Amino acid sequence: MNPEMMQAAGNGFADQVPHATTILAIIYDQGVLIAGDRRATVGLRIAHREMEKIFPADAYSALGISGSAGMGTEAARLFQLELEHYEKIEGSLLSLDGKANRLAALLKSNIGMAMRGFVVIPMFVGFDLDRGIGRIFSYDAVGGRYEEHGYHQTGSGGVHAKGSLKKLWRPNLTKQKAVEIAVEALFDAADDDAGTGGPDQMRNVYPVVATIDKDGYVRVPEADLAQITAQIVTERTEFEELARTSRGYNGLELTSPAPIVTEQGN
Amino acid sequence: MNMPVYVSPEQLMKDRADFARKGVARGRPVIVMQYDNGILFVTENVSRSLHKIAEIYDRIGFAAVGKYNEFEKLRVTGVRYADMRGYAYDRSDVAARGLANAYAQMLGSSFTTDPKPMEVEIVVAEVGATPDEDQIYRLSYDGSVADEPGFVVMGANAEFLRDHLSNSFDPAATLDNALITAIETLRIGAPESHATGSHATEPHTPAAQGKSTGTQQEADTHEILPRNLEIAVLERDRVRRKFRRLVGAALPSVVTDALSGHHGAPEPDNAPEVAVSSAEPGPDQPAAEGNVEADSGSP
Repeated sequence: MNPEMMQAAGNGFADQVPHATTILAIIYDQGVLIAGDRRATVGLRIAHREMEKIFPADAYSALGISGSAGMGTEAARLFQLELEHYEKIEGSLLSLDGKANRLAALLKSNIGMAMRGFVVIPMFVGFDLDRGIGRIFSYDAVGGRYEEHGYHQTGSGGVHAKGSLKKLWRPNLTKQKAVEIAVEALFDAADDDAGTGGPDQMRNVYPVVATIDKDGYVRVPEADLAQITAQIVTERTEFEELARTSRGYNGLELTSPAPIVTEQGN
Repeated sequence: MNMPVYVSPEQLMKDRADFARKGVARGRPVIVMQYDNGILFVTENVSRSLHKIAEIYDRIGFAAVGKYNEFEKLRVTGVRYADMRGYAYDRSDVAARGLANAYAQMLGSSFTTDPKPMEVEIVVAEVGATPDEDQIYRLSYDGSVADEPGFVVMGANAEFLRDHLSNSFDPAATLDNALITAIETLRIGAPESHATGSHATEPHTPAAQGKSTGTQQEADTHEILPRNLEIAVLERDRVRRKFRRLVGAALPSVVTDALSGHHGAPEPDNAPEVAVSSAEPGPDQPAAEGNVEADSGSP
């Protein structure tokens, strides 16, 4: 038997199904933004390049899923159904806290699967119609619900996105600025995490970025994301170029015979 | 010793039908009609929270007259049916025909077996990708289903209003024009104004194009306040959930125009009480409240 298979079997069936990775949320002046990369992985293999991990839950809220992709999309579908069903039966929307609690209960009911390794960690964001602000809720695998302030991130690339968000986030961001920060943070996550997919200019696949404010859930058009990505790429190419030339590297060979000495000299 | 009185099945069914029909005829009329970009629902309803028009699913709307508690039960069952279907299969697999059949079963069995038949009449409407694919089903208290082309009128004076609307109905009308047509039809449909029935066959064509109803018999019309209109549409080109209530800012200005356009004209039979301001309750207000009591299912 293939040793890799043995190892996979040893780690459990849960390691053989696709996993979704980085999602993040940012609060801006009018509401809240949620974004996610497009990659699903099985171990070191890329399972899907165009997966969508951000789902509108209803007109004024959305959820992103990290962890077991299949369980997550199913949870999202059930959650969407529950919110819509409540809205139609009762004739009014659930409060944002009510929705957040409902998602926690849904996770708690999935605890058996979570213990077998099929962990789903969602992030829930929404526009609080009563208070007129955007809010972020994070969860743990057993249904613990925590409100976050400013920004939040989860998934394998979350730690890298966090560093980025920490430096870029400011109170009272404009929507445009929030979108730029989201794309940049996901860019950083993809840069350093193998499980997170970066913007794919070749296939024209960009992260899913959606804003939620008094106008409801609006997905940012791909063209805008392509433009922001192009800006980031141009800027960073320039930086990398400078970094290399300062070391005397022209892209082909080292022009300076002893670059390390030069750097130490500085 | 008690002897059960023999009642023939014919008489039993007739009594039940009469009973149900009376209950339905007490409700303020509801109009469901096609327009160029979807299906329009209009009714007069003094309550802003106890709806007679509702969303069932993405493309499906619901309208009802009769006892509130009974049609509310049907509505909730319909939402449950549609949501379960859509979750088990796909959103595109939820269709009005299946729902209409389910309702027909419920109404039919209620009519024959329940102590009292349901005093309701309902419409299940589905907006299609093209006007040809629109479906409007009317279901009666006994479970009979009718696939209605174009439009349906239910409730008080339904027959008379149907005749009136058939003269002015245009499936290719814009939303504004369709609203004018529907409101004009509702305005002549006050149950008290039509007690004699002598003018039931008179054509009312001028109302169709939203012209002033100066030519219309003023005695026929009654005042409707904009806030007492419940209006909703199933919009063909919306994505996913196509049902939308036209309230508050979404209420087209043509509605208030169509209603306020008549305030200047004195009405012969109730001129002394007519208030010029639309904000004040008109003379028909007590009647309207009384009617919703019937709608709300109070005895």
